[in-house]
Amino acid sequence: MARIDLVDLAHSYGGNDAPPESFALKPVTMTWRQGGAYALLGPSGCGKTTLLNLISGIVAPSRGKILFDGTDITPRSTQKRNIAQVFQFPVIYDTMTVGQNLAFPLKNRGVSKAEIAARVAEIARLLDLTPHLNRKATRLTADAKQKISLGRGLVRSDVAAVLFDEPLTVIDPELKWQLRSKLKALHRDLDLTMIYVTHDQTEALTFADTVVVMHDGRVVQSGTPAELFEKPAHTFVGYFIGSPGMNIVPAEVKGRQARIDGHVIALDRGYDALPAGARIEIGVRPEFVDVEQPAPGLLSANIERIDDLGRIRFAHVRVGDAKFAARVPPGFSTNSNVAGLRFDASHVHVYADSRLVEGAA
Amino acid sequence: MDKTINQKAWFLVLPVFLVVAFSAILPLMTVVNYSMQDTFGNNQFFWNGVGWFKELLDPSTDLGGRFLASLARNLFFSAVILAIEVPLGILVALSMPREGWTVAACLVILALPLLIPWNVVGTIWQIFGRPDIGLLGYTLNGLGFNYNYVSNEFDAWATVIVMDVWHWTSLVALLCYAGLKSIPDAYYQAAQIDGASRWAVFKAIQLPKMNRVLLIAVLLRFMDSFMIYTEPFVVTGGGPGNSTTFVSIELVKIALGQFDLGKAAALSLVYNLIILIVCWVFYTVMTNAGADRPAKQGVA
Repeated sequence: MARIDLVDLAHSYGGNDAPPESFALKPVTMTWRQGGAYALLGPSGCGKTTLLNLISGIVAPSRGKILFDGTDITPRSTQKRNIAQVFQFPVIYDTMTVGQNLAFPLKNRGVSKAEIAARVAEIARLLDLTPHLNRKATRLTADAKQKISLGRGLVRSDVAAVLFDEPLTVIDPELKWQLRSKLKALHRDLDLTMIYVTHDQTEALTFADTVVVMHDGRVVQSGTPAELFEKPAHTFVGYFIGSPGMNIVPAEVKGRQARIDGHVIALDRGYDALPAGARIEIGVRPEFVDVEQPAPGLLSANIERIDDLGRIRFAHVRVGDAKFAARVPPGFSTNSNVAGLRFDASHVHVYADSRLVEGAA
Repeated sequence: MDKTINQKAWFLVLPVFLVVAFSAILPLMTVVNYSMQDTFGNNQFFWNGVGWFKELLDPSTDLGGRFLASLARNLFFSAVILAIEVPLGILVALSMPREGWTVAACLVILALPLLIPWNVVGTIWQIFGRPDIGLLGYTLNGLGFNYNYVSNEFDAWATVIVMDVWHWTSLVALLCYAGLKSIPDAYYQAAQIDGASRWAVFKAIQLPKMNRVLLIAVLLRFMDSFMIYTEPFVVTGGGPGNSTTFVSIELVKIALGQFDLGKAAALSLVYNLIILIVCWVFYTVMTNAGADRPAKQGVA
């Protein structure tokens, strides 16, 4: 149990002399608080597994420091860091029973027999592994094997953090949902810091109270699921989170107005001090753009397609060269392919070179 | 789906059948024929039934005594070299580098003894061990050990065993190395996370993951050492006395030295049978070891 601080942590698999742009993890400074449930979210190759392996000590960083409760543990080996990690594919010890597998991390650390038995029994109960405790682990299904891996990660009560590296990849969708809820419940019961790596936004948003979004070796935003949804700090967060993703459209922004293809969209805040020469875009989530009958004052658009997702419909529309996804309100129907777009001004954000610009009230 | 029945397909097997018949079945049946007969030369044969086999398995007869003694020596030899080569091979494989140019270097060096023909290996050690001109023999004697594989039974055995270990440990090491390389990194990482000691990693991960290649290694080394002929023949010629006369050497003595075709044929059939049985046992063990037996309870 510990607070984890990363100080200017960076890593390159090509060694410290590699050009900064090629670093798998660009310098990052951040704090993971004790007892938090974090998700590291990002596409494949964004550096999230590298970051995880740096924290667990499987990979030694090219630069920077890692502190557990203020103590620099960067030079310490994995064994001495007191970290638990669960990998993408199940790792089980073939010759041992399920119970012995679960007991292995404790046994290696010289925990007393009685305590091992108690912990193993508790974890087995939480993961529904009790009926299998005396069976050889090799004979189980991939699901059950991964549960054992999870169990080995959770069995130590004194760990600084439990790291999960896409642990549910091999699990069936239905069981995935159950296990995720179970992990969430375990997080509450066991008061452990958990860091969960995934490229699946649903998984990240349902598991974590803080989601850390990574892109191209950088942490682009860290916040609650609601923050990521309502106020993406980077256009990448905008379109990576949400389905469909955020509309990001090049625009001219001046004061409280954005101009797209000659049409004006009102903004909630004033943007007078935009950096000169930057690429300016506006971003708005489809949920905050409504399709209506064309009317004066609304941005006029051509409807290309309407997707019915069951509980909600999204229209794909075109304004000049810009494409938008927009919400289709219940009951809306039209025979023409022309529609008006109504923007929720408080949810239209302005981005300069992909980064969010805070407007003046 | 109905299978097309086409009896003409048998003709496709015919060439192989003829080749096998010519090279294996006919010679084998000739041996079986010999094993039931006795001859005093002139190509005249007398029916002897299972007489040779009875004699072979009866230690009180000359033939039986020689066969059983050489069989015992052979089994002892196989046991000793397995007991040395398997742990040594594992140790070598474990200490080999996992990446970089040194891997290729190690592999080449390990493969070298395997490429040397048997009789050359025998000759190398025959000369290497000589007290007058051999480096090993000369050095040992110079150090005060009275080492002479020609006259001392223990020295002869030690030479033959060390020679086999030198020649074949590489094979075990290479097989184990292949087994080790196939273990995904995640296992080692998980073991680090779980705080496993070096010994625990070996016991919980490496050994279980190697057990299939190890079985193959044991099978190959057992077979090879059980039919060993050339190397001891070149080095010790089966001596001193009969102390390093293994079954194959005894067989050649009877068949080509004494020209006792009946006895030799009976011996070679029994020899063959032993090898078949050992093969079958290994095969059964190997197929059962890896197979997941059906679970006794339902799976979650």
